Amino acid sequence: MIKLELADVGMRFGDVVALEGINLAVPRGSFVCVVGASGSGKSTLMSLVAGLTRPTSGEVRLDGYPVTMPGPDRGLVLQSGAVFPWRDVERNVGFGLELLPRLSKAERSERVLRYLEAVGLNEFRHALPKHLSGGQRQRVAIARALIVEPEVLLLDEPFGALDVQTKEDMQLLIRKVWRDTGTTVLMVTHDVEEAVFLGQRVVVLASRPGRVAADLSVPLGDHRDLSVKREDSFLALRAKIEDLVRAFHRTGGQGPRQVVAARSYTDSAARTRSAELSPPEPVEVTRPDSRT
Amino acid sequence: MSLPRRRPPRPTPSLLAIRKPNSRRATVVLVTLSVLVPLGLWWGLSVSGLIQPARYLPTPAATFAAALEMAGSGQLFTDAWASLQRVLLGFGLAIAVSVPLGIAMGTFRAGQSLFEPVIGLLRYLPASAFIPLLIIWLGLGEPSKVALLFIGTVFFNTLMTADAVRGIPTSLIDVSYTLGARTGEVVRKVVIPHSLPGMIDAVRVNAAAAWNFVVVAELIAADSGLGYRIVRLQRFSQVDRIFAVLAVIALIGLAIDLLLRLTRDRVGRWT
Repeated sequence: MIKLELADVGMRFGDVVALEGINLAVPRGSFVCVVGASGSGKSTLMSLVAGLTRPTSGEVRLDGYPVTMPGPDRGLVLQSGAVFPWRDVERNVGFGLELLPRLSKAERSERVLRYLEAVGLNEFRHALPKHLSGGQRQRVAIARALIVEPEVLLLDEPFGALDVQTKEDMQLLIRKVWRDTGTTVLMVTHDVEEAVFLGQRVVVLASRPGRVAADLSVPLGDHRDLSVKREDSFLALRAKIEDLVRAFHRTGGQGPRQVVAARSYTDSAARTRSAELSPPEPVEVTRPDSRT
Repeated sequence: MSLPRRRPPRPTPSLLAIRKPNSRRATVVLVTLSVLVPLGLWWGLSVSGLIQPARYLPTPAATFAAALEMAGSGQLFTDAWASLQRVLLGFGLAIAVSVPLGIAMGTFRAGQSLFEPVIGLLRYLPASAFIPLLIIWLGLGEPSKVALLFIGTVFFNTLMTADAVRGIPTSLIDVSYTLGARTGEVVRKVVIPHSLPGMIDAVRVNAAAAWNFVVVAELIAADSGLGYRIVRLQRFSQVDRIFAVLAVIALIGLAIDLLLRLTRDRVGRWT
């Protein structure tokens, strides 16, 4: 069953086309990662799904209903964390619950405690964000988003600013959260390794304008630990997707041949979307010469 | 061709290293100098006999004696309290108007479009230029003085409050909406708490302006207050007492600033 759906979504800012003809279906309970180089409109896509901006064409649907504004059914975690600096950990996590009518204080703090436990921040519950590490702040942001029980968890480069070790801890945490809660997750990242490790599917965005270039399923099973990152099948898929991201990243000053090739590949990918995928040949053709 | 080379820089004396902390001793010495040197100059000049007649520049000791005498008669407290009351009323009104206005300007683009042009213009009109008008409209009594204080501080405080409010990262607002907050709740629970320290900073800066304006207002027409006292004393050339009043004005200003700074540090513990 489709939880979240983007139907022919396009977004322009004046003359700049940020996203064009995005079609994407996220089934309930699935974990979908969107990768793409900078300028591919990843964050714009997130803000459209969150309802913070309205698309200039097409429609975002949640359970079949069009998304028109932000709401607690789509929890958002940003790269910056965006925790409230004046609230301690406990009050950050409890923010969404404070807004609900008919929820007793006792009930609220009981829930806050449960979610603090889940992200391992129990002993820091009275700490101010300025005294937390980057990873701890992201834990606060994740707990704060989860506590209002969103239908979809939106992760916008949530671990982009973290060091590698912390990042892997957080990846394991988010996998655990996903498996425990059964929530639907849509994650945007530029880190292909992360996308392959976390996602059941990886969607590659082409840049300028942002389009869906490829949509690959990750045949790794749902029980993954960090060691899977060293397996051949993981490395092969990661390499393949990294090549795709490169190939569809249009930087300034590149020749038209490249663009045309990328476009034709987009079309073929669009036709075979959610099928197993996909021809690696165009990747070789379109790899920028300047990179050698 | 190789690039030209520069000789390596000489080691910088630690006092001139940019943004480097000084030793505790150096700090104490510098702070002491900053108080003692002007005081010493004043004292030196006042006892040198260069200023004639000598009472035009009283010594620090004479000033202190004059202050004690005025304090003893209770006059100093009556005047200080009268000035303080005017500040509390005039600046208090200015805060009551400028804070909501500034929040509206900093939060809503509509608020900015509506108020920024007119306030940006009005703030360039010097408050003292309004004195004749205020006297015509409101007479010589209290209302004209309170109004002068109000005019002198309200525009700046509005703009500075709006600036403080605008400093909130958009991501905090976005996240609040996705957690289910409505616009009113975002303003109340996110925008205002986040900008509170900045707003207090604005009040601190403008409290100094208010304290200046009250003395100006009392120079014109008043029957009490520290500014009024200075005008009175001028008639009898009691310079030592004028100095005493000036010292009191400075000390009260310092106390106000300290109070607001402590409040700000308390409120802004999270920054």
